[in-house]
Amino acid sequence: MTALIEAKNLSRFYGRQCAVDDVSFNLNKGEILGFLGKNGAGKTTTMQMLCGCLAPSAGQILINGIDLLDQPKQAKSALGYLPDTPPLYKDLTVHEFLHYCARLHRVPRQRCAKAVHKAEQRCGLESVRHRLINQLSKGFQQRVGIAQSILHEPDVIILDEPTVGLDPIQIQEIRQLIKQLGEEHGIILSTHILSEVQQSCSHVQIIDQGRLILKESIAGLNRLMNTERIKLRTRQPIDIDTIKALDGITAVEVQSPHDYIVHFHAKTAVTDILAACVLENRWGLEAIAPLKKSMEDIFISLTTQTHA
Amino acid sequence: MIFTIARREFQSLFLSPLAWSVLAVIQFILAYLFLTQIETFIAFQSRLAQISHAPGITDIIVAPLFSNAAVILLLVTPLLTMRTLCEERRNKTLTLLLSAPLSTTDIVLGKYLSIIGLLTCIVAMTGLMSLALLFGGELDFGKWFCNLLGLLLLTAAFAALGLYLSSLASHPTIAAIGSFGLLLLLWIIDWKAGLKNQSSDVLEYISMLRHFQNLQSGLLDSQDVLYFVLFCATFLILSIFRLEYERLQK
Repeated sequence: MTALIEAKNLSRFYGRQCAVDDVSFNLNKGEILGFLGKNGAGKTTTMQMLCGCLAPSAGQILINGIDLLDQPKQAKSALGYLPDTPPLYKDLTVHEFLHYCARLHRVPRQRCAKAVHKAEQRCGLESVRHRLINQLSKGFQQRVGIAQSILHEPDVIILDEPTVGLDPIQIQEIRQLIKQLGEEHGIILSTHILSEVQQSCSHVQIIDQGRLILKESIAGLNRLMNTERIKLRTRQPIDIDTIKALDGITAVEVQSPHDYIVHFHAKTAVTDILAACVLENRWGLEAIAPLKKSMEDIFISLTTQTHA
Repeated sequence: MIFTIARREFQSLFLSPLAWSVLAVIQFILAYLFLTQIETFIAFQSRLAQISHAPGITDIIVAPLFSNAAVILLLVTPLLTMRTLCEERRNKTLTLLLSAPLSTTDIVLGKYLSIIGLLTCIVAMTGLMSLALLFGGELDFGKWFCNLLGLLLLTAAFAALGLYLSSLASHPTIAAIGSFGLLLLLWIIDWKAGLKNQSSDVLEYISMLRHFQNLQSGLLDSQDVLYFVLFCATFLILSIFRLEYERLQK
């Protein structure tokens, strides 16, 4: 099976400034790829290159196995793109606008009405379909933008910060929609909201200063986040040296005479060993729990590492 | 695909008051000029009758009407074209077209055709107005047709240049001023030749006015037609290159 998107060694320069530096990745069907990065990290530039709005300075993009630069029309017909500012003709009604988009994406005339109707339904636009886009709230405009990107049932959907400007309920709805779409399509979405990636993506990529610094599945990321620190509470004060001597433990932080944080880096079953040790010495185990490393921590540690 | 874009653009011209007001204003002014021209003709009618091979109503009324229309359109076309590509870029809607399975040629030609559509309406209305003369006299339909064709070619050239400047400019006003300036320059460029009492062939060939006047006189010369066709093609190709360049450079 060919990958939906195959990006090979993409680079992009703005004058002498390098916005994207040698980025390669794949996207397969059924994957939702979260693109994380700080402002100006190169997320939007990468996405614009994937959509053919911007030509890469170097590298190759294959969409469904078709080269985007050699056969742009064929390649683009498998794409749906929502830029960071939704591209809306404000003097049209929602319905007219979506109809026009359907025609632009070469949806056959007789299927247009059906496609538009389905997109309106999916994005919850039925109540506003005959209103001018100009008069809609930002959240609704964002939804029209999303509707525009999915209405021709593209294989690849690229969403640049899709949940910006939406209220919490709408965000939930859009996340549901993205998950649902992700079953049949490949989706790339960029965001700087970390929890969003955790909730709706199957894979995550972190980009910083134009370079890809992390490529991981969400499961892998969660593993990365779960390990490394354990919170321990006992009734009696523990003997720190005994704990330190255990296999795989690197440091013990004392927070109070009864609360400790145990650091470790090995992938051994530290919890078991630690619990056994505490029980053996009759320190009175009260609580033992892995400390979740938040995604923010990982993000910050990864992005600051590259600066150093 | 070209026609999908063209139709949408044409419709949205008529969704805003722009197209309607342009049509109304042009029609009003032309009607006024048309009437004054008829007055002049009536005043001279008795004297004209004494001359053999005197110019007819086509020469005295229709030709000046089309000349006036040309000057008005010189002012108006930049206003119609200024928003075509410039506004798309400002509103960031250009990405919609660029990420759709379309070539830049489709985009440029679609936009161009929509403007041509509106200009055709204006030219057709001018033509219809002159047909009103049939109530009181006869028209030289050969000349009338040449005038119509001349005006259409001329405005098509105006629109092509306006579109190109719209693809260059960052603000619609700049596009309008730029294209108006350039068009006016091309309109008057052969005046200098007369000033020094020596004709310059090159300047005379470049002048739009000269080619338009040739057509107006009823002389359907392939050289003049070709001039306008080449003019349009050049600026359309430049616009396409410009859009491509933007994708590469930005």
